[in-house]
Amino acid sequence: MDWSALSVSLRLAALTCLFLLPVGIWAGRALATARFRGKGLCEALIALPLVLPPTVLGFYLLQQFGRDAPLGSVWATLTGGGLNFTFSGILLASLIANLPFAIQPIQRAFEHVPTNLREAAWCSGLSPWQTLWRIELPLVWPGILSAAALTFAHTLGEFGVILMVGGAIDGETRTLAIAIYDRVQAFDEQGAARMSALLLFVSLTTLGLVYGLAGKRRWARG
Amino acid sequence: MALQASVGGRVAKLTVTAQQSDPIPLNATFSCAPGELLALVGPSGSGKTTLLRTIAGLYQPKQGQVTCAGRTWFSTSERADGKRISLPPQQRQIGMVFQDYALFPHLSALDNVQLALGHLPQPRRYAHATQWLSKVRLEGLEARFPNELSGGQRQRVALARALAREPQALLLDEPFSAVDQVTRRRLQRELALLRQQIPIPIVLVTHDLEEAAALADQICVLHNGTSLQQGTPETLFRRPASPLVARLLDRHNIFEGEVVDWHGQRRLKWGEWLLEVGEALHSLAVGSRVAWYLPPSDIVLHRRGRPSHGERENPVAATVCEMVVLGGITSIALRVSNGDMLRFDIATHAARRNQLTLEEHVHVSLLAEGIHLMPEHRPHVAPHNKRNLL
Repeated sequence: MDWSALSVSLRLAALTCLFLLPVGIWAGRALATARFRGKGLCEALIALPLVLPPTVLGFYLLQQFGRDAPLGSVWATLTGGGLNFTFSGILLASLIANLPFAIQPIQRAFEHVPTNLREAAWCSGLSPWQTLWRIELPLVWPGILSAAALTFAHTLGEFGVILMVGGAIDGETRTLAIAIYDRVQAFDEQGAARMSALLLFVSLTTLGLVYGLAGKRRWARG
Repeated sequence: MALQASVGGRVAKLTVTAQQSDPIPLNATFSCAPGELLALVGPSGSGKTTLLRTIAGLYQPKQGQVTCAGRTWFSTSERADGKRISLPPQQRQIGMVFQDYALFPHLSALDNVQLALGHLPQPRRYAHATQWLSKVRLEGLEARFPNELSGGQRQRVALARALAREPQALLLDEPFSAVDQVTRRRLQRELALLRQQIPIPIVLVTHDLEEAAALADQICVLHNGTSLQQGTPETLFRRPASPLVARLLDRHNIFEGEVVDWHGQRRLKWGEWLLEVGEALHSLAVGSRVAWYLPPSDIVLHRRGRPSHGERENPVAATVCEMVVLGGITSIALRVSNGDMLRFDIATHAARRNQLTLEEHVHVSLLAEGIHLMPEHRPHVAPHNKRNLL
């Protein structure tokens, strides 16, 4: 068992969730409730990582992360470090690759909140923030939960994008999914099997928990 | 147009004006005094709900004004710098019951009501919410979620939530449309009782004319966003301002006549008859054509062979051309010699006793007091042409 790869994977998944969920709530709500020009394009860009081969996304990110590319040079001036083959780099890549998983479930959930519930809340004296906090978020909670689960599980399993921009540096960019690949390359089938079983277990548990919790709401029945 | 344009009187009155040409045409003025129930009626798309939302602050017309309890909630003309005043819904203190009630599905009945009690300190909210729920007769159901309540119970929670805010105006958007008829009657009765305890203006949006007539002190008739007439139900049903108002109120018996001189007296010539009219005919020029309306209650069927009330008043001969029995009431249509149809209802037993049959010749009196003249209006309006009348 490659414990440092497990640690990298878990850290990457947790941080991706942490950073992406607020983005998902904000963007999901905006896409569900606001009408603006270029909304279709926005939605297409967000969905792009779903259909793009991970290597294609990884390739463009690799180019952008270089010290002479705009993004890489901004990063270098801000932090003094590089993005390619670093944990920060794979985190940034993971944030982009997971946009659809974080936004889409939350957007769908917001779309199912009837407009007049918001209006009823305002008419009851609730400010827009109170309305978000006490009415909208409790109602879209299953969407947020499933966004979190999908983002977490998908980050654990991400392979192509991470390999392109991160390589497989021990303790820095080698995630569990990449470690499995390495083990198979090294004909260590037992090691690969143990780690695969672990990934399978973690992913299944995460998703199972989410779908189980979402069905447990008394007020959503019947 | 006979509109109550005066917005003076008591300051606590709710007054509304709204004008715009797009996206939804609006040209409406109405008012509602505290303790009064005003019904906004009109066909779908007539702007009823938009006007209610304008009061609530959920919609802003291009021009207009909303004042209530002496405060300006919305105005496009009051400020010197030309900017509009528009308080957000939170600051308008309105209680609103939405058409589908818009209860918060994740909160119990009690919490739905408690949420509207933000103006009270936290420790007092529970007791107040419980009180409001018992006022709408929902004791014991406080912990239920909306999906565990019947349609009528949901409506009551919505009403309790709206009133809990101690609003300056209560707004009801088709509050009885989503429940069965038995429940509707009961809820209507409860609203009529509850009203006596709440001295604020109540605005009810409905397309149900019977409901409006039964519950409202004032009715405002809307068509394509324009308020055509506001008045008591009695006034509207007996003295509609125009044939369009009469038609929107589902009135029949709208005809056209001509003002004539008969032995020095003005009469209304209708077909071969010269009708006496209670209203002032003398202000109209001889020879002018005028639309008129007669409430069905003012058509008196003569009993066969026996003199009856009003026999000598505007007697008219006609032929029975339609009889529809609807339980205890029989709806009758008579054709008169000029082709016009008189419609009225009589008790089914009276129709039987008179042995009324189709194609039979009968006599009726058209009571002079009931004949209502609508000068400057043509009686027959093609549907696509209706807006020209406004």
